[in-house]
Amino acid sequence: MSEVDVRNFTLNFGPVHPSAHGVLRMILELDGELVERVDPHIGLLHRGTEKLIEYKTYLQAVPYFDRLDYVAPMNQEHAFALAVERMLEIEVPRRGQLIRVLYSEIGRLLAHLMNVTTQAMDIGALTPPLWGFEQREKLMVFYERASGARMHAAYFRPGGVHQDLPQALVDDIGVFCDEFPKALKDIDTLLTNNRIFKQRNVDIGIVPLEEVWGRGFSGVMVRASGAAWDLRKSQPYDAYAEMEFDIPVGSNGDCYDRYLIRMEEMRQANEIMRQCVAKLNAPDGKGPVASTDGKVVPPKRGEMKQSMEALIHHFKLYTEGYKVPAGEIYAAVEAPKGEFGVYLVSDGTNKPYRCHIRAPGFAHLSAMDHLCRGHMLADVTAILGSIDIVFGEVDR
Amino acid sequence: MDETVVVEPIAIDPLVTLGEHVAASLGDAVLGYEVAYGDLTVSVARDSIVTVATFLRDDPKCRFIAFVDVCGADYPARELRFDVVYHLLSPHLNQRIRIKLQADDVTPVPSICDVFVGANWFERETYDLYGVLFSGHPDLRRILTDYGFDGHPLRKDFPLTGFVEVRYDEERKRVVYEPVTLAQEFRSFDYLSPWEGTDYVLPGDEKAKN
Repeated sequence: MSEVDVRNFTLNFGPVHPSAHGVLRMILELDGELVERVDPHIGLLHRGTEKLIEYKTYLQAVPYFDRLDYVAPMNQEHAFALAVERMLEIEVPRRGQLIRVLYSEIGRLLAHLMNVTTQAMDIGALTPPLWGFEQREKLMVFYERASGARMHAAYFRPGGVHQDLPQALVDDIGVFCDEFPKALKDIDTLLTNNRIFKQRNVDIGIVPLEEVWGRGFSGVMVRASGAAWDLRKSQPYDAYAEMEFDIPVGSNGDCYDRYLIRMEEMRQANEIMRQCVAKLNAPDGKGPVASTDGKVVPPKRGEMKQSMEALIHHFKLYTEGYKVPAGEIYAAVEAPKGEFGVYLVSDGTNKPYRCHIRAPGFAHLSAMDHLCRGHMLADVTAILGSIDIVFGEVDR
Repeated sequence: MDETVVVEPIAIDPLVTLGEHVAASLGDAVLGYEVAYGDLTVSVARDSIVTVATFLRDDPKCRFIAFVDVCGADYPARELRFDVVYHLLSPHLNQRIRIKLQADDVTPVPSICDVFVGANWFERETYDLYGVLFSGHPDLRRILTDYGFDGHPLRKDFPLTGFVEVRYDEERKRVVYEPVTLAQEFRSFDYLSPWEGTDYVLPGDEKAKN
């Protein structure tokens, strides 16, 4: 044996590693501490959502969407609701649209707070998650007061939202919007100029603008690389067209830029929430919260006590559901993690024939091998944190 | 909103123009196009998908440079039972396009991984869930299902409950696979109006015939 037998080291990362953000298993091939190859094994949280939806009526399919990206549940429901509404050709009343935008932005705060702070934790800082989760707790209380559930809300239904918001809740969200910038500033002072945080993030996991599109990236991953692309602006849905907000754009496409963009998006989301609260309080922001088409949206409890027709509709809608005209559609929303799309095929019955869920995290994670090559082992967690993976939506 | 409803019939839908452009430029590769619910769908021949994808990406009038999605759909009654559905996005035109082709479980579909790198995992997923094969794919392994999984779960003839279930066996100190046992049969109701004619015997009808 004259030659030294040198071989690469293969490391099994996960599936229960705390910085694997759930149940990711990665086979890392290491040359010393340099990463040579990454092979993510996903599917450990696969629950067959798409198959299950094929066996449920359109209304029963809604709660499955909460369980995809469980960090921002309502944003997923939004895509499904938009798809069904476009096929049924029904219009959501303005108040319903405003409530949806308000809660989508609450979802954005939930997701970004989670991501920014846990990414800091992955690279060694413990305080940010504690501060961030305090704010998330308040936001989840808003979820609970609107829908009855902190996470799995089933609140955005095709046609509008399930229930109107009580005035006290709208006022409390207004108060939150005034207090939140201070909390965000605190997290900002902890992280943005922190030397260790910058050393771990600047120039790590760079994605050049030329390759973002072909890799199927969307959301923050595109904006950090320098493209001002946001579905809320370019293809506005619901009441986003009347909201005023800016799209932050990065220049380097590294982990630090992605962090900065998430921070700025939280400020913008807070501003959108403030505008929604003002619009909900204005006279033209009152009215029904769901389509008044009795063939799609079930009647209110009070009506059922008075009207036989409402009772029949209620019974029919909660057993048989409504039939959606045959055809196919792709509806997408700007979820916190990127473009979340629903490809829906209807055969004219009360159940979807096919419901494909296009999760942004799936496309982002598939680039993990490309992003990590040549980086150090410790950078893997920093990159994984900054591409914002939640396994509910990746595995479906 | 009322105003746009009045204007729309006069203006030519840009999606129709786009569909005509694609159909005219690609000739035989395109089997047809259709605009429905505000989406443009282009049906293409299976073997020309790489040409179509490359054209849509590079043509200056299209520039569908953003890859969005690949997925399958199953229509068991057809001879070519699967649809493979591609979604692309053009940030320049701010338009989306859907490309569809038909496939079966034997003949492979050319992979578009060389055109859009991001298609890699999406094609793996389509293979895993439907069993559609992709030729020229760098790494066509299963992705979402369990290690050693048998079958393609999103096919319409695959039962919702699956075939096996897992549990932890205390005696053998490991997870074991067993055939699925149902405490109660999975209930499926017929919501298409039975009085318009059924293709099965309604409960109780067999007595009437005697």
